[in-house]
Amino acid sequence: MATATRAPRHTRISASHAVKDIAVITRRNLLRNIRLPQLLIFATIQPVMFLLLFNYVFGGAIGGAIPPIAQGEYINWLLPGLLIQVAAFGAGQTALGLTEDLSKGVIDRFRSLPMARSAVLAGRTLSDVIRNGFVIGLMVAMGFLMGFRYQTNFVAFLAGLAVAMVFSYALSWIMATIGLAVKNPEAAQSAVFLGVFPLVFASSVFVPTDTMPAWLQGFALNQPITVTVNALRGLMLGREALADFKPGMSANQVAEAVANAPTVEGQVLLSLGWALAIMIVFVPLAIRVYRRTVS
Amino acid sequence: MNGPIVRVENVVKTFGPTVRALDDVSLEFEPGIVYGLLGPNGAGKTTLIRVLTTLLKADSGYAEVAGIDVRKDPVAARNHIGLAGQFAAVDDYLTGRENVEMVGRLYNLSASDAKQRAADVLKRIHLDDAADRTVRTYSGGMRRRLDLAASLVGRPSVLFLDEPTTGIDPQSRLDLWDLIRDLIVTGTTVLLTTQYLDEADQLANQIAVIDRGKLIAQGTGNELKDKMGGSVIELHVAEEDRPRTLEALAAISGEATFEAGHQSIRLPAPDGSQTLLAVVRRLDATSITVQDVALKKPTLDDVFLALTGRGAAEAEAERESPKKPERRRRRERSAV
Repeated sequence: MATATRAPRHTRISASHAVKDIAVITRRNLLRNIRLPQLLIFATIQPVMFLLLFNYVFGGAIGGAIPPIAQGEYINWLLPGLLIQVAAFGAGQTALGLTEDLSKGVIDRFRSLPMARSAVLAGRTLSDVIRNGFVIGLMVAMGFLMGFRYQTNFVAFLAGLAVAMVFSYALSWIMATIGLAVKNPEAAQSAVFLGVFPLVFASSVFVPTDTMPAWLQGFALNQPITVTVNALRGLMLGREALADFKPGMSANQVAEAVANAPTVEGQVLLSLGWALAIMIVFVPLAIRVYRRTVS
Repeated sequence: MNGPIVRVENVVKTFGPTVRALDDVSLEFEPGIVYGLLGPNGAGKTTLIRVLTTLLKADSGYAEVAGIDVRKDPVAARNHIGLAGQFAAVDDYLTGRENVEMVGRLYNLSASDAKQRAADVLKRIHLDDAADRTVRTYSGGMRRRLDLAASLVGRPSVLFLDEPTTGIDPQSRLDLWDLIRDLIVTGTTVLLTTQYLDEADQLANQIAVIDRGKLIAQGTGNELKDKMGGSVIELHVAEEDRPRTLEALAAISGEATFEAGHQSIRLPAPDGSQTLLAVVRRLDATSITVQDVALKKPTLDDVFLALTGRGAAEAEAERESPKKPERRRRRERSAV
């Protein structure tokens, strides 16, 4: 007992121990996706369905209102937007996975083990971002089949995908907080839907924001989904994609609109800034809620 | 290690202003013994387990496991405990072996140690044949056993089993009892909660009875039964012999009565087997044929009735009153 009094008050978990715990949890979550392929199939079918429906139903009507850089192909405009929609809804899986673990008593077991407290959440968000990466990869492949072509260069295109993944990862931490707070899988599903749906539609995901009423435009232009979609479009299509374009503009007017458009770098930094801000708030918050949560 | 392996001193845990889940509970558990925490639903058993397994922080009081203050150093305490909760907390889409190995890894075992221990523990729990099937294909009893295996893989000094046999079929229950008895042989300290009186009687060397967050009695099953004031003799005779029998027994005890419910004659046996011998001799002398005679110790149900003034089932029914206190408690828990 003499040694116990001299020992530090808290037994600390080393960083390497934490990394191992995170790897164990991540692997466990990913195995579930592999063992239950339906999870991945439905997670993939839905975005691909969106891609097909939006492109072929709205493409003709909207095609004329999108910036010329999209070459009149709605798919060029749509794909970067849909990637972010998928990233946002995919992050919602974090809430669902955690509520499921809570209701089964798995979280109780984890909390009774000498593992890093952060590992359950870090492993969950990590496995979800890997899974989302897989779905995004499939969508990009589908997009190419449907005629998507990036107008910049390959490196910028990859950077766009990276921005999408960073954003998705940050959102996962919001979703983790929601899941742990509501605890119930059905309630989590509703909460995620109610939160994400308006953000996705009141954004530039599907249509340019300049056709929206002014009050909505103010919100749509500055909210993180629009900023991130802009970053992706800028990286994949060029700054021209961010211009305030109206059909029937002369070449000079288009050039002027492009000159007034936000810069690609600015939008990328803004998106990464949002992701960072979200993580600064929600990582500690999610861990705090997790510590206090008992299923 | 000397002294108790689990110490609980004046622990209080409340949920909201009204629910005192643990109301000044003090307990000590010696190593290598199976302790039964007995009480109706909502008595505070699970709350005590949650405090000891570091899942909940007590409002006040002190709790230690293996000499470690669970509030001050929960991480160290977790190295010494295993927990099998009320639900089988196993992953459906992993195999039994993967489940146990994962928990082993989270106890900070190396990959090869986790593998070896998982194999050992699966064998011990008689799941080695099914170890490589996904848990989805397991029966309810197998899942419980796997859950037990997972809680053992870290070789805990204290194993906490929260209602280990709730909701499984009778045969699986007996199997699980055997497995828990085996644990006693290996020297693991087990703290199990149960609302089944026979389960506590069967498995636990020491029983603590808890009701409404308070510890109301403690001792071996027999000690608790002795608190009932000794044993009872129950005997069966032919119907026509009953009046004669009661008459003959009056010389031994004025309290011999016929009980219509059991169709038997009962009388208190303050001296146990001595009283029994006297009864048998007396009836033999009066040439009454005894169909059946037994010296019965009171059941734990009787104990509960004597301690709380109400039966275990009655206490539980209170919990299920229209106010649904259990639900309310769950909500309050989240607000803690």
